[in-house]
Amino acid sequence: MGSEEETKKKNEVFDAEAASLFVKELRGTFASGKTKSYGWRVSQLKSLMKMLNEREPDIVDALRQDLDKPELESSIYEVALLKTSIKSALKELKHWMTPEKAKTSITTFPSSAEIVPEPFGVVLIISPWNYPFLLSLDPVVGAIAAGNALVLKPSEVAPASSSLLAKLVGEYMDLSSIRVVEGAVAETSALLDQKWDKICYTGNSRVARIVMAAAAKHLTPVLLELGGKSPVVFDSGINLKVACRRMIMGKWGCNNGQACISPDHIITTKDYAPKLLESLKNELENFYGKNPLESKDLSRIVNSNHFARLSKLLDDDKVSGKIVHGGERDKNKLRIAPTLLLDVPRDSLIMSEEIFGPLLPILTVDKIEDSFDIINSGTKPLAAYLFTNNKKLKQQFVETVSAGGLVINDTAVHLAVHSLPFGGVQESGMGAYHGKFSFDVFSHKKAVLSRGFIGDVPVRYPPYTKGKLRLLKVLISGSLLGIIRALLGWSKA
Amino acid sequence: MGEIEDKLAELRQTFRSGITKSVAWRKNQLRALIELLQDNEDKIFKALHQDLGKHPVETYRDEIGLIKKSAKYALSCLDKWMAPKKRRLPLLFFPASGEVVSEPFGVVLICSAWNFPINLALEPLIGAIAAGNTVMLKPSELAVECASFLAETIPLYLDCKAIKVTNGGVDVCEQLLQQKWNKIFFTGSPRVGSIVMSAAAKHLTPVTLELGGKCPAILDTLSSPLDIKVTVKRIIGGKFASCNGQVCIGVDYILVEKKFAATLIELLKTTIKKFYGENPKDSKSISRIINEYHFERLRKLLEDPLVADAIVHGGLLDKENLFIEPTILLDPPLDAEIMTEEIFGPILPIITLNNIQESIEFINSRPKPLVIYAFTKDETFKKQIVSGTSSGSLIFNDTLVQQLCDVLPFGGVGQSGIGRYHGHYSFETFSHEKAIMQRSFFLELEPRYPPWNDFKMKFLRLAYDFDYFNLLLLLLGLKR
Repeated sequence: MGSEEETKKKNEVFDAEAASLFVKELRGTFASGKTKSYGWRVSQLKSLMKMLNEREPDIVDALRQDLDKPELESSIYEVALLKTSIKSALKELKHWMTPEKAKTSITTFPSSAEIVPEPFGVVLIISPWNYPFLLSLDPVVGAIAAGNALVLKPSEVAPASSSLLAKLVGEYMDLSSIRVVEGAVAETSALLDQKWDKICYTGNSRVARIVMAAAAKHLTPVLLELGGKSPVVFDSGINLKVACRRMIMGKWGCNNGQACISPDHIITTKDYAPKLLESLKNELENFYGKNPLESKDLSRIVNSNHFARLSKLLDDDKVSGKIVHGGERDKNKLRIAPTLLLDVPRDSLIMSEEIFGPLLPILTVDKIEDSFDIINSGTKPLAAYLFTNNKKLKQQFVETVSAGGLVINDTAVHLAVHSLPFGGVQESGMGAYHGKFSFDVFSHKKAVLSRGFIGDVPVRYPPYTKGKLRLLKVLISGSLLGIIRALLGWSKA
Repeated sequence: MGEIEDKLAELRQTFRSGITKSVAWRKNQLRALIELLQDNEDKIFKALHQDLGKHPVETYRDEIGLIKKSAKYALSCLDKWMAPKKRRLPLLFFPASGEVVSEPFGVVLICSAWNFPINLALEPLIGAIAAGNTVMLKPSELAVECASFLAETIPLYLDCKAIKVTNGGVDVCEQLLQQKWNKIFFTGSPRVGSIVMSAAAKHLTPVTLELGGKCPAILDTLSSPLDIKVTVKRIIGGKFASCNGQVCIGVDYILVEKKFAATLIELLKTTIKKFYGENPKDSKSISRIINEYHFERLRKLLEDPLVADAIVHGGLLDKENLFIEPTILLDPPLDAEIMTEEIFGPILPIITLNNIQESIEFINSRPKPLVIYAFTKDETFKKQIVSGTSSGSLIFNDTLVQQLCDVLPFGGVGQSGIGRYHGHYSFETFSHEKAIMQRSFFLELEPRYPPWNDFKMKFLRLAYDFDYFNLLLLLLGLKR
C-alpha cells in the first residue's frame, strides 16, 4: 500500500460502517480456525515477548511523554509484569487448553463427560491511560491464549502510548486477527455498536455502564475492571515504618496515585493518627526528598483536565484547611506534590469520588473496628487494605469487608500474584483475570457429555404410569441400592 | 412500587445482619426446601397439570426430582464449597499467604420461566441460598397455578425475611428491574434477556442469563437397528416428551442425510404412536401449550403455505384444549420463520443434507444454540463436532440428560446465554470470589523503595522474573 493511500486511510473517519467491516474481517479469520491452533497462540505470545524485549526503550519513552512515568515504574510495573504474564501463559497453555474430565454419576451411566474450553470468537479490549501497556496487553495475553481474534482500543488520553501500541502491534503481531483502533469517543462508540463475542473494559464506572448497556444489545458477556475508593486501615501495634513505606509505594509509587488499586484514603484511630502522620512525612521525604515536585521518581498528572479535577478537590472549602502536608502544585508541569489531609468531612468532594491522584485523606475514628462500618457504607472498592498484627481484627476484616481483593500488611502487590483472581465487585467491576483466570475469562467452557446407546431406561418414556413414577424417583435419587431394589421389584411386577 | 421497595429493604437489612452467611442458616434453608417438596408433591403435580397439562411422571422427572437431587447435593457439598481455597504465592513475597474466599453478592433477583416453573425457580434458588444471599424470586406469571403455589408455600418453609416471592406481569418485572440488585439470574427468551442486562447495566449488576436458541440434533448413519430405535426414542424424549417441545434444551430440528429421511420419518411415526397412542389428543402423557398467545404463535408458524406443505405427520390443532399434536415437517424452507425462530413447541422439522458433514457448517451459520445433540458412533466426526461447533453444551447420543449431571456447567454462549449453573457452578454464580493476600512485616525488600537507581532496577527486574538464583548473586555482590 502506497504512503498516499496510507495517509488517506488514516484521515478517514472510523465510523460504524468501518467498524463493521473490521469485525467482519476478523470474524472471517476466526471462522478459518487459525486462532484456535496451539501453534498460532504460542507464536503470538512469543511475538509479544519479542516486542517487549526489543522495544522497551520505546515503551519507556512513550510513558515518559504521556505520564512522565519514572523509568523504573515503566520497566517493572508495565513491561516486567507483562513478561511474567506471557511467560506463565506460554508455560501453562497446553494444560489450560486440555479439556477437564468431569466425573459422572450413576444416574447417567454409562457416560463420560468433560469440559472443553473454546474461544468466544472476536473480542474487544478497551484500555485506560494510566498503565497503557500493562492494561492493554495483559488482557490481550488472555484473549490470545484462549484463541480469540481481537481488537484493542487504547486510551486517547495517553496518545504516545496509543500510537506506539498501534505501531508495535502492526510490526509484531498477526494483523489478520489482531488489530488496534486508535481514537476517542466517536471511535469507541462505533466499536461498541458492533456485535462482539466478549468485551473487556478497564476504566471508570460511568463509562462501564455505557459499555455494558451496549453489550446488552447483543447479549455480549463483559469483563469490567473498574475502580473505587480503596481504603487503608491502620491499626496500632504494627511496624509503622514498614507499613508506611509499603503504603507509600501503593499510592505514590503507582503512577503517583493514578492507579485503580492505589490506596485512596486512610482510616485510623484518633490516638494513632499523629504517630502515623509523622511516619508518613518522614518516609515521603526519604523517598522523594524535600522537593517532591522536582522528584524524578514520581509520575506527573496525566493532563490538565485531571489536574483541574484534583485542584478542585483541594480547593473545596470543606477541605482546604485540612492539608497537613504537601499541597504544592505546578500547573505548567502538571505536578502536584504528595499531599496529606487530616479529618476531611465525609461529605466533601474528595471523599465522594475516587481520587486517582497524589492526595491522601486520613479519616479518624474512635475504635479501629468503626473503620469497617465506614468502608461498608460506601460502594464496594476494587481493593481494601489493612495493617495490623491483631488476628481477630484480620478475621473481622476478611469477614465483613467486601471488595474485589483484600491485602493485609501491604498494598497493591496482589496485582503481581497470578494465582489470585484480580477483579472487582458491583461498582468496582465484574469478572476477574490474571494467570489462568485470564484464559478462563476469555473462554467459553463447553460441557460435553457422551453416552452410549445401551442403558436405556423405559421409565423415561411415555406412556407414563404410576409404576414408572416409583422407579423414576429412585433413579433420579442416584441411590445404587434403591435402584437395584426397584429394578428387582420392577421385574417382579 | 412501594411494596417492592419495602420487600427489597427488608432483604437488604436481613443480608446486613449476617444471618445468611452462616453455614447453619444455609443448610437449614436447603433442608426446608427438600421438606417443602416432599410435603407438597401432590399440590405440585396438580399445579403443573393445571398450568401445562403435565403428567406427574414428567413433573417428577423434570421438576421435583431434579430439585430434590440438587438440594441434597448442595447440602452434602456446602462445607467444601464454602471453604477458602488456598493459593500458592511466589517465593518473592515470602512470608505471605494467599486464598480465595467465596462471599455472597448480597440481594439477588431470580426471574424464572413458565415451562418448568418449579425447576427454573428453585434450582437457581438453591445456588443463591447455598452462596449465602437473600433472594427475591419472580416466577413467570404465565404459569399461574405454580406462581401462586410458590408465593403461598415458600413463606411456610423458608426464612421469609431472606427469601421473598413477588408475582405479577410485565409491569411488576419492570419495577423490579429498576431496583439495584447485587446479582440478577434470568431464565427466558433472548429478547427479554437483553432488556434484563440493559437494566442491570445501570447498576453494574452482574447477570446470569439462561436463554434459548434452536438446538439441532445431528443424526449420523447408525448401522445397528437397535441404536437407531434408541436414537428415535431419545429424540422424541427430547422433544414431545418434555413439556411438549416447550423446553430450552429441547430438540428444535433434526439434521439428517437425504437417504435416511424416509426411514426416520417412519420410525418417528411408529414411536410417537407407541408413546401417545393413535390419538395423541387423548393421551394423558403429553403436555399442553401454555396459553393462547403461544398456541397462536405456533399455529402461525404452520400457516405459511410452504411450511404447511412440508407436514408429513400430525398437524392437528385444538385451540380449546390448547393442544397441538406431535408434528413432523420435512425440509420446510430455511428462510421461513419456523427455521429462523426458536420453535418452542411440538413441531419437529427434519432438514436433509447430502452429506452429514454439512451439518457443521449449517449450525455454524446460525446463532450459537444452548445445546447441540449429535447421534453418532464415528469418533472422527465426534471430534470434528466438538472442535468445529460452539454451543452451551454438546451431548452425544442422548437428549436432555445433562440436567441430571451435577458436575457439568449448564449455560449458553452468544445468543443462548451468559454464565452457567448447576452443582457447584450454582454456588459460584451467586458468589464473589474475593482474593485475600496476607503478608508479615518481617523480611523487607529494601530495593522496593525509591529513590531509584540502577541496582534497584536490576534487582526488581530479576525479582519480577522470579529469577531467584541471579537475585541471590546480585545481593551477594557477585553479579555485575
